[in-house]
Amino acid sequence: MLELVDAGLAYGPRQLWSGLSLRVEPGEFVAVLGANGSGKTSLVRAILGLQRLSEGTVRVTDGIGYVPQQRRIEPLTPLRARDVVGQGLDGHRWGLGRSADRNARIGAALEAVDAAELADRPVGLLSGGEQQRVRVAQALVAGPRLLLCDEPLLSLDLRSQRTVTALVDRRRREAGTAVVFVTHEINPVLPYVDSVLYLAGGRFRVGTVEDVFTSATLTELYGVPVEVVTAGGRILVAGIPQAHHE
Amino acid sequence: MSEIFNFADYGQLLALVHNSIAAGAVLGLVGGLISVFVMMRDMPFAVHSISELSFAGASGALLFGANVVLGSLTGSILAALVIGLLGTRARDRNSAIGVLMPFGLGLGVLFLALYKGRSANKFGLLTGQIVAVDTPQLSWLLVTSAIVLVGLVVVWRPLAFASTDPEQAAARGVPVAALSTVFMVLLGLTVAMSVQIVGALLVLSVVCTPAAAAMRVTASPVLVTLLSVVFAVGSVVGGILLALGSTIPISPYVTTISFLIYVACRIIGRKGPLLTKSAAQGTLVNGTG
Repeated sequence: MLELVDAGLAYGPRQLWSGLSLRVEPGEFVAVLGANGSGKTSLVRAILGLQRLSEGTVRVTDGIGYVPQQRRIEPLTPLRARDVVGQGLDGHRWGLGRSADRNARIGAALEAVDAAELADRPVGLLSGGEQQRVRVAQALVAGPRLLLCDEPLLSLDLRSQRTVTALVDRRRREAGTAVVFVTHEINPVLPYVDSVLYLAGGRFRVGTVEDVFTSATLTELYGVPVEVVTAGGRILVAGIPQAHHE
Repeated sequence: MSEIFNFADYGQLLALVHNSIAAGAVLGLVGGLISVFVMMRDMPFAVHSISELSFAGASGALLFGANVVLGSLTGSILAALVIGLLGTRARDRNSAIGVLMPFGLGLGVLFLALYKGRSANKFGLLTGQIVAVDTPQLSWLLVTSAIVLVGLVVVWRPLAFASTDPEQAAARGVPVAALSTVFMVLLGLTVAMSVQIVGALLVLSVVCTPAAAAMRVTASPVLVTLLSVVFAVGSVVGGILLALGSTIPISPYVTTISFLIYVACRIIGRKGPLLTKSAAQGTLVNGTG
């Protein structure tokens, strides 16, 4: 689905990460975490082919579904929820031709995110959580084999966060879609994660949650003492240095 | 009132101006379509600037005895490309536009001040001169419209994608930057046509207001497009027909009709867009109520 071999990315003299190797198998759920400015979004752009690696290779399946960061859609955008989903199906095609099963596929994608009743609503008037569900449907409608989510939970309330992560998980269990999920917070995806890629300070670590979320590992990554505590099924991390912003 | 309106010889007048009515209908069609993207891309300010440069081009052509339509096209396409190149981000774009606009208008005023010909020609470029559309001018208009229409049909879907969600469109392989340039050229062509008919100062009533009005009453992209074309054709052709029986130039009629449509749409859609089903899918329903 996705394979990075010895990948590195640098902007001029500034090396974001290097020597990064990662394999994502069908149906696997990989969470990508890291400090601000550690190159999470650049990794997403490299996977999408929008950013050239400075070293190494990225091989990726055809058909990536992409769920971007939550961002309010303008209230007067002349699109209904079904039109946004439709863009995921054929928005990139030239000309005006439409496939015969277009409406059925859009309907099914909205159904899959429990948003069938939103189909004819102006997308600009939906709540943030509803808009993000529509975006998930947009990413799923073309039947992607890899779902790439870039901080899809940002600025969503807790309930919407749970809905979106559960929907993504359902898709990978039912269709074997591989998931790469960029997030700054591990807890919302904790029940679903198979492995974690943690980026910090030009270094990275790949492994299971138990491997990566230890005081020793994070202390090594950040180069300062970091404390990891597990409490009530949640992981709490203390001592991460304040973000050096991009 | 009788000095302003006189419909006594209306039938004969109509026969004389069928060129103008055809031109108005074509302009309405193209303007209505392009205005959908002007609104999606938040570019009314850019349109105004392009039309001033188009005016400068046209008045330059008038002064130097060149083809006015060609001058107008040159000015607007140059302006459109410059705005497209300078401003990928809205903030950059707006400052580039703010700089270009007075320069264009000043240049135009200079050319007109130097021009010794008929003064009606001067005024027409700023405020419209539809009644004077002759056959060669109509041919120019038809060719330009055909180019814009074919271009729009080809790029419509990816352009709409790139205009409403550039990030996602880029992720799906849509050439967002290239489409932006293509759009600027199509916009430049449309603005140049509009300058010929409604005048440089009033272009927005054809290239912005129709879709702005349509978006108030519906969120269906198909309906927005249809209504926008209907509104644009209605205001331009309606304006011509009213202007025929009067001594006032065409533009106040066009802008007034266009404005009234917008006001009506704002009132109808004051609680958000109402019509949410696309025409292709059957009856209109109230989806928000």
